[in-house]
Formats: sequence, structure tokens, C-alpha cells
Amino acid sequence: MDPVRIIEVKRNVLANNDKKAAQIRENLKKERTFLLNLMSSPGSGKTSLILRTIEHLRNEFQIGVLEADIDSAVDAERIQSIGIPAVQLRTGGMCHLDASMTETGLKELGLAGLDLIIVENVGNLVCPAEFDTGAVRNVMILSVPEGDDKPLKYPLMFSTTDVLLVNKIDYLPFSDFDLNAMKERVYGLNPDIKIFEVSAKTGQGIEAWADWLRQEIIAWGA
Amino acid sequence: MHELGIMANVLDIALEYAEQNDVKKILAVNMEIGELSDIVPKIAQDFFGFIARGTIAENASLNIVKIPARLRCRDCGEEDDLDTDHPSYICFECGSKSLELISGREYRIASIEVE
Repeated sequence: MDPVRIIEVKRNVLANNDKKAAQIRENLKKERTFLLNLMSSPGSGKTSLILRTIEHLRNEFQIGVLEADIDSAVDAERIQSIGIPAVQLRTGGMCHLDASMTETGLKELGLAGLDLIIVENVGNLVCPAEFDTGAVRNVMILSVPEGDDKPLKYPLMFSTTDVLLVNKIDYLPFSDFDLNAMKERVYGLNPDIKIFEVSAKTGQGIEAWADWLRQEIIAWGA
Repeated sequence: MHELGIMANVLDIALEYAEQNDVKKILAVNMEIGELSDIVPKIAQDFFGFIARGTIAENASLNIVKIPARLRCRDCGEEDDLDTDHPSYICFECGSKSLELISGREYRIASIEVE
């Protein structure tokens, strides 16, 4: 019998995904298309926030949307109904989007002529944080009814995102959500994060968020 | 539920190393997975067993070592493991709340055992 050998591998299993994501970003840069990855729990208001963002930026930019969902086309239909191209990606039970699924969606949507593509990731605060989609910026939503302790439970998501949108801020007076405690937790994990307090329902704070996004899109396409 | 996709990558990498090293059979794949990564070892092992059928990794065991989530204080440099059951993000040395996650996200194949 042959002796047992041990071969050192020391390789990151997600390296293939990271490589593909880097290729996607390179291609986006060439096409001057800004890709935004939006992540959150289910029910935090992702689709409503996308609709509000489109309302603010559609006169300046050509916008498209990739909707990832386990298995439905409801969200893409909402976006298409206001005349914005949208592709529904059914992840078929997968809890997150990875770079190759994003690539498939981008092919179907087509980059040409689009300045901004918003990816609505699967509603989940765990897995999407681990998979680079190829996006230029990562944004997450935490809505007030979810509670101010979420950064303690999902540190990875709060550590890897560029922007935190605190949505449903109009609920704040009716809740025991401690905005300062939440911010302190988030800044501790991620000192460079940008935080915007918004309400997709009333429109509060959307202007400041849209201004940030506008500058990012222009800088990427420059 | 992303164990299947991950395990397909694990099998590809293990087979690639086996081919480069003239291996007849893979007996075990040793992985290091960060504590904050949401892999369920039992599910990962079942998927691995399933997709490895018909390859030289058939019946190989998949051993998973969890790497603790570790934080480093940006102010004083102190490092400490994160207690994921009762997470607190305050440096016990200097009281700073500015902490950086330095491990706990790993998805690595450390080695393969072969004959």
C-alpha cells in the first residue's frame, strides 16, 4: 500500500468568484457603467428604495435593474412598470448572488448605454456579504423595525459595505430603536462607512443619498 | 444554503492539486473555515460526498477546522477572539469601540491527504 502523503494547498475557495468579480468590474469600467449591489433583510424596503432612487436620478442617467430572488418575478415587474429595464434572476434556492450569476444578468440586460445598474441581492444579511458580485459599491439597508442590535449579529455585512441606508426612519418616533447606539456599533466595525437616514415611503433623506450616488457614478465614468 | 457551490469549488481545487502531484486517491480534504462564514459542516460533508462520487476523491473525508473570529483594536492594537454568542465590540484593554475584523471570514483548503 502506498504511504499517505499530505499536500499543502492553502488556497481560498472563493478565489474563482473573486477573479470573476474583478473581470466584471474591469468590463464595467470600460463601458462606464456603475454597478451598485444592494443588500438587506427581506422586508427592509429594497425595491421601494430602488424605485425612489430611480425617481431622483432617471433624468440624468440611463438606469437598469437586476432583481435577484429565490423564485419570483414580482420585483422586476414593479421596476418594469415604470419603464426601467429590469432582469429577474432566479437564484433557484441559493441565498445570495455570486459573480457568475451577476455576469449572466448583466449579459441579458446589456451594459451598452447604461450609466447605473442596481442589483437587488437576495434578502439575507449573511451570505451576500461573502460573495463579491463585481459591484463597484456595496450598499446595505437596515430598517428601523429590524432593531438597532443588527450590527452585533451580522458584523460581516456591516464590515464589508460602503454605505448603510437606515430606512423607514419615519418609524423612529414610534420605536425604541437607538439610532446613536446603532451608529456607534457600525462605525466601530467600519469607520469609513457612510450612513444615510432615509424613508423610501416619505422621501425623507433620499436627496442626500441620491447626491452621494450621483457623485460616485460620475467619478466612475470619468 | 450555498454549500453546494462552495463544495463544487473545493472538489475542483482538490482534483487540480491531485493531478499536479500524481495522486491515485484523495483520502481527505482539510478545510479552514471562518466562524462568521455560514457553512454547516454536516451539509457541506454530505454535498462533498455526493459530488465526489466517480472521482478519485470518492469517499474522501472532509475535515473542517473553524477559525475563530478575531478583532484587533485600531487604537491600542490589542487582539482578541470575538465571542459570537455574546458579541461585544469594545476593546477590553483600552475601551475603544473601533475594532477591525482580522479573521473569521476564511474559506480555505489547507491541505489534502493522498496516496
